[in-house]
Amino acid sequence: MVTAVQQAIVGATGGATAPRPALGAVWAALDAVPDPEIPVISVIELGIVRAVEWSAANPQTLIVSVTPTYSGCPATELIVDGIREALAALGVADVEIRFRLAPPWTTDWMSAEARRKLRAYGIAPPAGGAASARVSRVDVAGISPLRRAKDVVGCPRCGSARTELVAQFGSTACKALYRCVDCLEPFDYFKPH
Amino acid sequence: MDDDPILFQYLLRLGDSPLILAQQLGAWVGKGPALEEDIALTNVGLDLLGQARLWLTCAGEVEARLGGAGRSEDELAFTRDGGEFRNLLLVEQPNGSYADTMARQFLFDTWHLLALRALLPSRDARVAAIADKAAREVAYHVERSGDWVVRLGDGTPESHARMQAAIDGLWMYTGEMFVPDAVELALIDAGVAADVRALEAPWRRHVDAVLAEATLSVPQNGWMQGGGGRGGKQGVHTEHLGHLLAEMQFLQRAYPDAQW
Repeated sequence: MVTAVQQAIVGATGGATAPRPALGAVWAALDAVPDPEIPVISVIELGIVRAVEWSAANPQTLIVSVTPTYSGCPATELIVDGIREALAALGVADVEIRFRLAPPWTTDWMSAEARRKLRAYGIAPPAGGAASARVSRVDVAGISPLRRAKDVVGCPRCGSARTELVAQFGSTACKALYRCVDCLEPFDYFKPH
Repeated sequence: MDDDPILFQYLLRLGDSPLILAQQLGAWVGKGPALEEDIALTNVGLDLLGQARLWLTCAGEVEARLGGAGRSEDELAFTRDGGEFRNLLLVEQPNGSYADTMARQFLFDTWHLLALRALLPSRDARVAAIADKAAREVAYHVERSGDWVVRLGDGTPESHARMQAAIDGLWMYTGEMFVPDAVELALIDAGVAADVRALEAPWRRHVDAVLAEATLSVPQNGWMQGGGGRGGKQGVHTEHLGHLLAEMQFLQRAYPDAQW
C-alpha cells in the first residue's frame, strides 16, 4: 500500500520543499478512512469530506473541508483523527481541517454504492430524496402537518416491506430502530436527513 | 458591527435553551423507562448539546469583536452565573415524571422547529447555517415528543391524568416564547432574528391538534410567567436553574480550567 501511494507522489511544488501528492491520491487515501460507527463505508462515501485543496498561502498545507453529519455526533473527532492519520501515511503532515456548516450535510449525498454497502451490512439505507421534502426552506408555517407519513423501509435481511418503527433513535443519532414483521429481525435504519 | 452587543445577547438565547435542555435529558441516562427510550432521550440531548456548542462558539466569536478575548463555548457554559443565562423558563422546569419530561419536550420542540425555520432567511449567514443544520435534527424531535403526548394522553386513566397535569403545569412558561423584547426587536428589524410573534399561531395550531388527538384539553388559564418581559430571556429565572447549574458547573467551578 505504502509503495503504491509513494508512486502516486508527484513533485508539484517545484521548490526546494518535499514533493506533495496529487489530489487524486489524497482523495483515494481518504476513501480508505472508515466511518467509526459504520466501518463498511468511508468518510468519502458518507459525504463528510467536501473539499481538498492545497493552501494558496502555504503550499505545503493541505486544507480538508469537512461537514459534520449531526451537530452532536461524537464520531466527528474520531473522523478528523482518521483523516490526519491517513494523510500522514501519505506523507502530508501539515493538514488544516476546516468545518463547513453550509450547505448542511444530507443523506442525499450518499452514493448508490454506499447504500448498497449499508444494506449488505444490515442497515437499511435512507429512503431516497426525503430529506429535502422534510425541511421546507420557505414556509415558516409549514410545520404542519408535522406528523408526516412514515418512510417505507425495506428489511435489509429478507427484503420485506412489512416493517415497523420501534424507536425514532437507534444505536446512533443518525439511525432509527426498526423491526421486520416477516423475518422478525430487528435492524437499524439510516434516517433521511 | 454596531449590532454586535445585541447579537451576542441573541446568540446566548439561541444557545442556552438547547444547552439547559440537553443537561436535563442527560439526567435521564440509565433511568429511561425502557432501553429504547433511554437511547432516544440521550440522542435528542446530544443533538441539542451539539447545537448549543455551535451557537455558543459563535457567541464567543462575536464577543471577541467587542474587544477582549471573547469567551469559549466552555467558559460560557460553565462559568456564567444563573442571572447571565438566557434560556427559556420552560426548559429549566424539572424532569418530573416521564409525562412531565415529554410534555416539556413537546411544547419546546414545536416552538424550536418554528423558530429555527424562521431563521433560515436571516441576513447573518452564520445564524442561518446553524439554524438549517439544527432544524433538520429538531424535525425528528418534534415527531417523537408529539407521539409521546398522544401515547400517554390517550393511554390509561393514570397516564392521561399525568400528561394533562404536566401540560397544565408547564403552560404558563410558554408565553415568553412569543414575546420579543428590545434585543429581539432590534435584530428582527435588522433581518437577523426570528420574529417570534409570528410563531404563536402555527405553534397553537400544532399543539391544539396534538392535544386533541391525545384527548387532552388545552389549558384555559392565560396568565404567563415571564410574558411581561421579565423572564428567562432577560435572566430572571425560576428556582430550578440554580440547582441545575450547581451540578452542571461543579467540575469547572471546583477545578477551574480542568482538562481531561
